[in-house]
Amino acid sequence: MRLKTLAATAAMAVAGFAGSASAAGELNIFNWGDYTSAEMIKKFEAAYDVKVTITDYDSNDTALAKVRAGGHGFDIVVPSANYVQIWVKEGLLLEARPDQMENFKNVDERWVNVPWDPGRHYTVPWQWGLTGIGVNTKVYSGDINTSAIWLDPPPELAGKINVAPEMNDVLFATIKYFGGEWCTEDLELLKKVRDKLVEAKPKWLAMDYSVTEKLPAGDYSAVYYWNGAIMRSREKNPDIKFGYPKEGFPYFMDSVAILKDAKNVENAKLFMNFIMDPQNAAMISAFAKYSNGIKGSMQYMPAEMQSAPELVVPPEFEKAGEFLTTCEPPVQELYTKLWTELQK
Amino acid sequence: MASAEETARAADRKDIRERWLLSAPALAIIFVAAIGPLFVMLAYSFMMKGDYGDVKPWTFSLDGWTSVLFQRDIFDDTLGLADAHLTILWRSIRLSFYTTLLTLIFGFPTAYFISTRAPTTREIWVFLVTIPFWTNLLIRTFAMQQVIRNEGLVNTALIWLGVIERPLQIMNTDVAILLGMVYVYLPLMVLPLYASMEKLDFRLVEAGYDLYASRWQVLRRIIFPLVKPGVIAGSILVFIPSLGAYVIPRVLGGGKNMMLGNLIELQFGSGRNWPLGAAISITLMVLVMIALLFYVRNVSKSETGHG
Amino acid sequence: MARRTFDIRAQPGFGFMALLTFFALYLPIAALVAYSFNAAESLSRWDGLSLRWFASAWNNSTVQDAAIRSLVLAVWAATLATIVATMAALATTRTRPYPGLTFKYAFINQPLMVPEIVTAVALLIVFSRIKVWTGYSGMGYLILAHTAFCIPFAYLPIRGRLEDMDLTMERAAADLYATPWKTFRYVTLPLLRPAIIAGFMLAFVISLDDVVITEFVKSGGQDTLPTYMLGQLRRETSPEINAIATVFLALSVLLVTVFFFVNRRKT
Repeated sequence: MRLKTLAATAAMAVAGFAGSASAAGELNIFNWGDYTSAEMIKKFEAAYDVKVTITDYDSNDTALAKVRAGGHGFDIVVPSANYVQIWVKEGLLLEARPDQMENFKNVDERWVNVPWDPGRHYTVPWQWGLTGIGVNTKVYSGDINTSAIWLDPPPELAGKINVAPEMNDVLFATIKYFGGEWCTEDLELLKKVRDKLVEAKPKWLAMDYSVTEKLPAGDYSAVYYWNGAIMRSREKNPDIKFGYPKEGFPYFMDSVAILKDAKNVENAKLFMNFIMDPQNAAMISAFAKYSNGIKGSMQYMPAEMQSAPELVVPPEFEKAGEFLTTCEPPVQELYTKLWTELQK
Repeated sequence: MASAEETARAADRKDIRERWLLSAPALAIIFVAAIGPLFVMLAYSFMMKGDYGDVKPWTFSLDGWTSVLFQRDIFDDTLGLADAHLTILWRSIRLSFYTTLLTLIFGFPTAYFISTRAPTTREIWVFLVTIPFWTNLLIRTFAMQQVIRNEGLVNTALIWLGVIERPLQIMNTDVAILLGMVYVYLPLMVLPLYASMEKLDFRLVEAGYDLYASRWQVLRRIIFPLVKPGVIAGSILVFIPSLGAYVIPRVLGGGKNMMLGNLIELQFGSGRNWPLGAAISITLMVLVMIALLFYVRNVSKSETGHG
Repeated sequence: MARRTFDIRAQPGFGFMALLTFFALYLPIAALVAYSFNAAESLSRWDGLSLRWFASAWNNSTVQDAAIRSLVLAVWAATLATIVATMAALATTRTRPYPGLTFKYAFINQPLMVPEIVTAVALLIVFSRIKVWTGYSGMGYLILAHTAFCIPFAYLPIRGRLEDMDLTMERAAADLYATPWKTFRYVTLPLLRPAIIAGFMLAFVISLDDVVITEFVKSGGQDTLPTYMLGQLRRETSPEINAIATVFLALSVLLVTVFFFVNRRKT
């Protein structure tokens, strides 16, 4: 494999030196919008003489529906952890064996034997993060390391809270708040979950994505949201502090995978290998402000990211975090009903 | 005699054939890219839902349809009305109705104003209506947000004028959704209204005044009936997209309460219940279609009435 | 017509309402243009004048491609839709009811009656099969899909206009031995012009606006400005977007001005 990659690289390099005006190869990436570092792509294009096209999606389900329907022309997709197993089960991913690639040695051990892709036969880490609490400490100065901030809000915060409009993240934290397990079917517990959410919702101002804009500006005083966005908010307004819900919070990781019907498999593999290089991974993180899962990439990141309290999980909270997994279909249906009822 | 009748009939037939030919391209495009695919949706609404979205092909199930109106309670397992769906349906109809009404209240005078300008300047006014819409829906929605948010233009102005002391909470309410929809869909009301007002025959208006009608009577009895087709067209163009609105409730309404568009999107998205999504959509379409047919019948009837 | 001081066209308060409407229509737009010259990183804080967002949009090839693609798509879809809608409107008005007339109305207006997400998913299923069979995955699908949902928007104003035009003028032309084409070209079309323009403009802005259908139909590398923005919705919306919107506005004002002067010379 390593030889093959080298040979391919050499061939590409030769093609590049031959001075052909158009790129020798192509690569079609289907990724979340505003998530890909243009600088990193340019570097990849120059190194392998490949023309990269990026197309955006805005939800896991849209991406899944489009690829499953066929005729899409994409080579690479970046699904979230709780979706990777679905992609595999539906037979959409190529077993690209990134674990045998040259740069795989750089992947942090923590991200090798992950539940959604044990041993990394299909996917390579792109970025990971978590859903936590952001609070404007000018408005509220109490304990912020708890989901109570948005489930049992203190009077100072009531009416000024934004909650991520994500079914899984919201239900996860609420189930954990009552000591339950994710994907539980325990109706008694779920009833408590529902009652709590119905009770708390009037105290939320919004369930919206524009946190980096409205949290620093003061429209929101507290949010339950992704850590990268809260870090960006804190950079604009130092009063913002990040909290880790001690009752439990969900991690997410988006991973790069190659599609089974990809037309440019070799280039896609080159890309996988490329992003496992610490310097390149650092470019991804510097752009989108989430951690990446590649050892040694920290040192190439902007200094303010290396010590960011939002990105470096303190050891006492590490155990509270858990990956969102794919629940069984009947459980999923139950959760959707709860969610619809909440938003009626 | 008989042959004359026959010629007339043949001419009629030729006319109808030509009319079909003339409308064929529009019908074909709509069939391929709008109606045809809907049969797939119809079929999907009768299948079993797939585990991770999509459907299980060639399986039959009525689950999608029954769960539009009924649902098993999560906790006591009794079968009851799906009141979440009904609440969302009702909110959508209510907000869309108000939107149509408000766009009519503002759009009617605007279209009238434009159509009574000098012929050379009319087109400028028409373009002035459409120019803001060269920026797309998302950008306009964000722009609206700048106006109505707590530190936005409206609140700042009102505080500065001393009308209010504290900013009004408009963002993230139903009022914000309503304002956003009125703003976004207004030209869809103004343009068809203008199209039918532009050729309004003012001799009829003059005749009305000669018969001592008041301005209000002229407006109500002469102008309004004459531009009714435009009113109907405008109302349809505003009401229906409002019903399916998706981006505006999400951005301006703060995403706390769904409208039908969001409910359908949820079923095709993370809800992973495509048959239910398809069934809700078809229900909505049928409701709209019945209302529309009723409208069209009414309009053509009132037109023949006027002779 | 005798001149008189009494203006039969006036309706009390209508002028005021119209001007109020125009004010409300342009207020958010004015805010948007103002903020496109804002130096701040944020959409809501004012930090002084700057052209940095224009520069950054100019250097962002993704945004540029998407903007150009949106315009090209809208021109194609609106043109096609207006042509076929005009034909269809001529075929469905000014006649005695004939078999299939109501059917045609319902058929042509049908795209209005379907929530976008439904058409989007349905088109995804059908078009992706065709993409697999034919191997073609170009812009044709987007143009076709956009044309379809633009047709009713172009059709309604044109039909509204035709319904109130009687056939006297055309009959007069025919009596003077004008061919059907000449009658159409020199009589019907000029009379229809305002409605055709209204229809085209409606179709154009509707196409420019579309997010959901485009999102599901697009193939690799076919992001339009709205789908690009949809992708950004979850993250941070950069003020670059304001700059692009301002450029679009300037472009449209320019176009209108040119159109106006060309028009004036003709008359």
